[in-house]
Amino acid sequence: MAILLNHVSYVYQAGTEMAVTALNDINLKIPDGQFIGLIGHTGSGKSTLVQHLNGLLRPTKGALYYDGEEYYSQGFDLKRLRSKVGLVFQYPEHQLFEADVFSDVCFGPTNLGLDRKEVELRAYTALKQVGIEDEYFYQSPFELSGGQKRRVAIAGVLAMKPDVLILDEPTAGLDPKGRDEILDQIKALQKESGITVILVSHSMEDVAKYVERIIVMNKGGVLFDDIPQKVFHEYEKLEEIGLAAPQITYIMNRINKELLPVSTEVKTIEEAKNEILRAMRLQHD
Amino acid sequence: MGIIKTSKLIFEYIRRDEDGNVEGITRAIDNVDLDIQQGDFIAILGHNGSGKSTLAKHINAILYPTEGTVWVDGKDTSVEENIWDIRQKAGMVFQNPDNQIIGQLVEEDVGFGPENMGVPTKEIRERVEESLKAVGMYEYRKHSPNRLSGGQKQRISIAGVIAMHPKCIIMDEPTAMLDPNGRKEVIRAARALHEVEGVTIVLITHYMEEAVFADRIIVMDEGRIEMQGTPKEIFSQVEKLKELRLDVPQVTLLAHELKKSGLKLPDGILTIDEFLYELERITGKQNTPGKMGIL
Ligand SMILES: Nc1ncnc2c1ncn2[C@@H]1O[C@H](COP(=O)(O)OP(=O)(O)OP(=O)(O)O)[C@@H](O)[C@H]1O
Ligand SMILES: Nc1ncnc2c1ncn2[C@@H]1O[C@H](COP(=O)(O)OP(=O)(O)OP(=O)(O)O)[C@@H](O)[C@H]1O
Ligand SMILES: [Mg+2]
Ligand SMILES: [Mg+2]
Repeated sequence: MAILLNHVSYVYQAGTEMAVTALNDINLKIPDGQFIGLIGHTGSGKSTLVQHLNGLLRPTKGALYYDGEEYYSQGFDLKRLRSKVGLVFQYPEHQLFEADVFSDVCFGPTNLGLDRKEVELRAYTALKQVGIEDEYFYQSPFELSGGQKRRVAIAGVLAMKPDVLILDEPTAGLDPKGRDEILDQIKALQKESGITVILVSHSMEDVAKYVERIIVMNKGGVLFDDIPQKVFHEYEKLEEIGLAAPQITYIMNRINKELLPVSTEVKTIEEAKNEILRAMRLQHD
Repeated sequence: MGIIKTSKLIFEYIRRDEDGNVEGITRAIDNVDLDIQQGDFIAILGHNGSGKSTLAKHINAILYPTEGTVWVDGKDTSVEENIWDIRQKAGMVFQNPDNQIIGQLVEEDVGFGPENMGVPTKEIRERVEESLKAVGMYEYRKHSPNRLSGGQKQRISIAGVIAMHPKCIIMDEPTAMLDPNGRKEVIRAARALHEVEGVTIVLITHYMEEAVFADRIIVMDEGRIEMQGTPKEIFSQVEKLKELRLDVPQVTLLAHELKKSGLKLPDGILTIDEFLYELERITGKQNTPGKMGIL
């Protein structure tokens, strides 16, 4: 059930003076069940790319395939695609529109034609998954704080139980605990039900902690596509294109250069701690 | 009195049904006393819904106290004829840039504030140029702001506030949508405004590393000020911050964890330089592992 991108290019306002090439000849394979991080400088084309995956934007050149079927080919069911490939937008406000939080989350599953009971069960479960308490269920989504809105928008997509879940900067605006809670939930979901997750993020720390593959976009093209350790190893190149490595990568590199031989390929604080302790013991043996 | 002062500030959002009957009341600010001096750099941290944006909107006279008083540069924000003055003194960068983009072209958008203030046309042009350069968006001046990426929009709204030359800038999660470099640029711009021009900065953020540069950190919880102090004082309290749904910078956390494993490191390490210095201090001495306390 992979998604395939074959020489995909996209130009906003093609043919006008204001034409912007947002994607330039992208080739990618997104197999089932992967947890993928999509990073890149602002304006590098991440949001444009993910909007292609669920059929919101149509490539100017090239083609996409879902399950071997070409997008927009004859008989291709776009509505079905959108129920399989769920996208949480970068700005949650764009996704909220119902009178109250609960109805808002019910909207997607209702559209799938599920019966009322199933719809409400899913909405309830999804809201709990993102940590929204019952007291907010019947409030207007517009009267929530920034981080609360984002949670509701994520719940709306979770309730559709997509096979591919795309989150466009889901943690922007979430408090640190909320960030960990939501990403932990999504990681667990991905493990249990084998869904594919694509996480668009500017937080290198989050990406390092959760994903197994990183796609780095630069000016509409793919610069790197590899495991996190390999990608962050190139931190100097990442900096050249407006990115960075997690702070932990810099710490380990400095220790390695100035103090002690340690592995620079650690991804979490826990790993870093153990690595430093190990190196210190070795030094004194 | 400082440039921003609040006394016993309380704010309640009141929700009504179609007939105007009260459906619910949320107390978003609960008895807050605050005194920020001209030239301070303050960071405000707090969980989602803790009242940060609500507090910020009081400083810009977008919301008025349910109880208590807010003064900006000595002027009471609840007095109607002060509002114009207050909004020029205290510029606000909102959480979502879409809410404040007005112009058809980037340069119009950025020029809108100074134009409204009656700044002469020639000076508007200079201010637009200078503030777009400050956020690294000068080459986009002829673009339509609605067609920019998320992070680009955010930088345009920051330029719009800088162009008004306010005495105080309140930034409500200005870096939430920016890439690491853009985040550094915005923080650098804020620090430069603070250090060179003496502008008062109030920075609301969920990125703990950004709060390291503040003179003082205020931590909010359930509408109240729960902690206040220097970055070192605040980030020394790792467990307490975690209880408040917050965090500390990675380097601080790593040092804290190593300390728990027995290394003799101080609390509240904030930078990589500091961490390396301390680590070198304990590894540099050719002690036995036992003495270093790792075993
Ligand atoms: N509606 C639009 N019309 C014209 N150009 C656009 C439009 N949306 C985006 N662009 C341009 O396309 C390019 C890619 O934008 P995109 O939103 O995909 O970037 P992004 O990587 O998601 O950035 P960010 O991290 O800031 O969200 C940018 O140069 C942007 O200015
Ligand atoms: N327009 C509104 N109407 C009713 N209640 C509101 C409104 N805006 C915010 N609230 C409520 O007031 C409280 C404080 O919200 P506020 O937006 O100040 O939080 P915040 O600290 O800025 O959170 P975040 O980190 O998510 O931006 C929350 O409980 C929120 O649900
Ligand atoms: Mg984007
Ligand atoms: Mg807020």
